[in-house]
Amino acid sequence: MTGAGTWSLDEGDYQRITEHLTVLLQEASARCALLVDRTGQLLASVGERPSFDPTAFASLTAADFSANDQLAKMIGEPEFASLFHQGEKESMYLADVARRVILVVLFDNRTTVGMVRLRVKRTVGDLTTLFHAMFDRSAARERDVARGPLEGAEDEIDRLFED
Amino acid sequence: MSMINYASREINCKIVYYGPGLGGKTTNLEHVYRKVAPDTRGKMVSLATETERTLFFDFLPVDLGTIRGFKTRFHLYTVPGQVYYNASRKLILKGVDGVVFVADSQVERMDANIESMQNLYNNMAEYGYDLTKIPFVVQYNKRDLPNAASVRELQAQLNPGWEVADEARQVERRDPAHPNEFLVEQLGGVWVERAPHYESVAITGDGVFETLRSVAKLVLKSLS
Repeated sequence: MTGAGTWSLDEGDYQRITEHLTVLLQEASARCALLVDRTGQLLASVGERPSFDPTAFASLTAADFSANDQLAKMIGEPEFASLFHQGEKESMYLADVARRVILVVLFDNRTTVGMVRLRVKRTVGDLTTLFHAMFDRSAARERDVARGPLEGAEDEIDRLFED
Repeated sequence: MSMINYASREINCKIVYYGPGLGGKTTNLEHVYRKVAPDTRGKMVSLATETERTLFFDFLPVDLGTIRGFKTRFHLYTVPGQVYYNASRKLILKGVDGVVFVADSQVERMDANIESMQNLYNNMAEYGYDLTKIPFVVQYNKRDLPNAASVRELQAQLNPGWEVADEARQVERRDPAHPNEFLVEQLGGVWVERAPHYESVAITGDGVFETLRSVAKLVLKSLS
């Protein structure tokens, strides 16, 4: 591999992801669920609209998870598959999905971490299946001649960056 | 790892500014933050020490325009330049789509530049990324200082080029930013490619957008 590669998310994927997240929120009585990829890009957000900047939140989430991954290795663990940050009123639970994506659940004292953890486990299983299928499809698409939406868009790219 | 989101019609790409400590990486991002329209950028996040040295990273998302109906969003990151922060520096490179190496032009910083460039190659290799095959731009910063080394010397030390083995790429290519120079040329019977380079004074903004435009264009072209 020479670079980090590309993958894509289509409308169908997005809809299936948000369905899983909506079920999770209802069952866990949580406030908001976000999906962030390991490079810090926000993929989806479901539930109460966050009062914070979700893009900044996503980049910090990825950094948090990556830093904790390295801490895990230092103490002899292959990874921490989930993290829990407890606040006085608001808390967050983070779980790895397919080693490429992070599920973040924000919740308050209307539920418990035990309930969130239990429900997240099933959602992680569902999302893992979904993401593996997406990655396989992106890899197949990369091998095809016709690739992404920018195929043959060199002139348009040149024009975009003209002074 | 660029991510194409068909649902929100966005292409998200990650660009990392790398280089020795106090070289001007954060200053590059701060200038971009100040100059782009507020509706095309997000919040700038800086994880810095009390003395404003980058501890983990700076982060700035910017939109650079629309292509084929897709909004192009670039996530700009800096790494901490100080040698002992290598663990966090490496984490930031994960999933990178394009790299800007911000070199400090001051003669006394040449060794620090070389060490940082070597560290960049090593960290990229640990992820299995090949710096000679992904969008990569070198910026020579602090050109206004009296103790700045010549660009020729900096190029020789930091951007001497790599051999082009692929015959299809063995074609002379002029450097659009420097009309008398080549990005790909034959030297002593060997085809050599160099990363595009730009001179800058990040604190006044000179060269900052030229560098960003150059790497962003290379990233989008790598997807086309």
